[in-house]
Amino acid sequence: MAKRKVDHNGEFQIVSAPDYLPVPQLRTLQLQRLRRIVERAGSRVPFYRERFKELGIAAEDVQSLEDIQKLPFTQKTDLRDTYPFGLFASPMKEVVRLHASSGTTGKPIVVAYTDRDVRVWSSVMVRTFAACGLHAGDIIQNAYGYGLFTGGLGAHYGAEALGATVIPISGGNTDRQIAVMKDFGVTALCCTPSYFLHLAERAKALGVDLSELPLRAGIFGAEPWSDSMREHIESDTGIRAQDIYGLSEIIGPGVGSECLERGGLHIFEDHFYPEIIDPETGRVLPEGEEGELVLTTLSKEAMPMIRYRTRDVTMLLTEPCPCGRTLRRIKRVGRRSDDMFIIRGVNIFPSQVETALLQVEGTLPHYQIELTRREGLDQMAVSVEVTPEFFSDTVKGLEQLEQRLIKALEHVLGLRVEVKLVEPQTLKRSEGKARRVIDNREL
Amino acid sequence: MKFKQLSLFLENKPAHLKHPCDVLAAANINILTLSLADSEKFGIMRFIVDDWERAKDTLEAAGCVVTVTDVLAIEVDDRPGGLSALLAIIEEGGHDIEYMYAFACRRADKAVLFFRFSDTDAALANLQSRGVPVLDPVAL
Repeated sequence: MAKRKVDHNGEFQIVSAPDYLPVPQLRTLQLQRLRRIVERAGSRVPFYRERFKELGIAAEDVQSLEDIQKLPFTQKTDLRDTYPFGLFASPMKEVVRLHASSGTTGKPIVVAYTDRDVRVWSSVMVRTFAACGLHAGDIIQNAYGYGLFTGGLGAHYGAEALGATVIPISGGNTDRQIAVMKDFGVTALCCTPSYFLHLAERAKALGVDLSELPLRAGIFGAEPWSDSMREHIESDTGIRAQDIYGLSEIIGPGVGSECLERGGLHIFEDHFYPEIIDPETGRVLPEGEEGELVLTTLSKEAMPMIRYRTRDVTMLLTEPCPCGRTLRRIKRVGRRSDDMFIIRGVNIFPSQVETALLQVEGTLPHYQIELTRREGLDQMAVSVEVTPEFFSDTVKGLEQLEQRLIKALEHVLGLRVEVKLVEPQTLKRSEGKARRVIDNREL
Repeated sequence: MKFKQLSLFLENKPAHLKHPCDVLAAANINILTLSLADSEKFGIMRFIVDDWERAKDTLEAAGCVVTVTDVLAIEVDDRPGGLSALLAIIEEGGHDIEYMYAFACRRADKAVLFFRFSDTDAALANLQSRGVPVLDPVAL
């Protein structure tokens, strides 16, 4: 167990002032901005104009925040269908930046920013870093990918605006990442949690003890990760692992962030309005119920998003946070409503597999889930890379390990699955998001 | 008196044995002897080298999972009944053999066998007290 490093105490930073608005004032601001954005979307974007017309609603019908429920949802497919510029509400001469996400299937989606949008983005990232205990003077290694992906530049601008020193190293080249971290006295790292596991593993192999470096915080986002993964990272490397939340369709990183209390992620509600819905019926759920997160951008000029369905499953936490922020929180996103897969009638999330693997050996090895169909029956196999801690030098020992993994998975999933022990470094490593599930079923 | 044996995890697939052997060859490390254990899905390569620490570092740098296990090298007479006589002593001492394998080259009229006991230290003490020739790593 690595020793825990002395952390920043999270004292008030002036950049975070909007985080502490009195609630009535915040709600008034939200309503003003909501009405303005609905008006902007309806008058400038044909897609929204038609949707509003179909439902027989106009911007004037939004008289209270509850009236948001009258508005139609926007989905990822709507961004694809209007590719590339169909959802823009600003003329191209006012658009200063375009980002795009690599669509894993089909067309990518494109998102746009005006100059003011870029400044808002930078301000919510500053608030993200401040909430995570970073401040001017920190040396931030930004290993999110620079380029079309929003992670790199989003974190970059925020870190600069915070007054920190930014190392724009981007993703990949793990050995250089480790060397830079050591040589430059890096105090905080931004990357995906799965990439950090990869980096920590590599550091160990190179004989670099991360817990001996000045590195004290990891700002991890862009993919769901479990509490047990966090415990593992923190006890192994002594850093504080903070969860942040964002998505390109809304702005990129900077939609929400944990504070040092870490009882959920505060949504920067003055810019992004959260709702929780039942993903089946689209009905807004009462506070405290788990469902799909829906976000509306309250200030985005170039590309307003009205009730965007994130597919992330969470709940709204409304009780006041001890940190003093008045912004509501969402529970950490453990799963998406669409990365779930169904096998033999059982709903399974990759996070459940993670829990089972952690139970067995106390660390999280690299793993991959493969789904196949044999003679009409779905099969699930989990490939697990053997690590030095796992490796027993007898066949009996390895077979026992296999059995323990099968049992733990059966216990968590309610399903008996195949376990394959594979050689280290043989499962595809992602420098960015981990690809956990490979579905080879021909449906 | 104990030898450091390296064990390596392998998937039971064609050509998977070659990679670690190539790595050792490139580092000019000689394998003195080895044995393979396998199940349907995976295998374990166990081997003794002339410089186990360097071999371990080299293999790990190449991405292999390696563990170090203490084993004993015991000399027996290279004649019918040579192994039986040794096993009798081992059995008497109540030592559990996890696995064993032979050293590749002959030494005069002696053969060398490597043993992995579940209780290495107890086995070592007992065998030495019974006059069994347990070899020193330096001697090989």
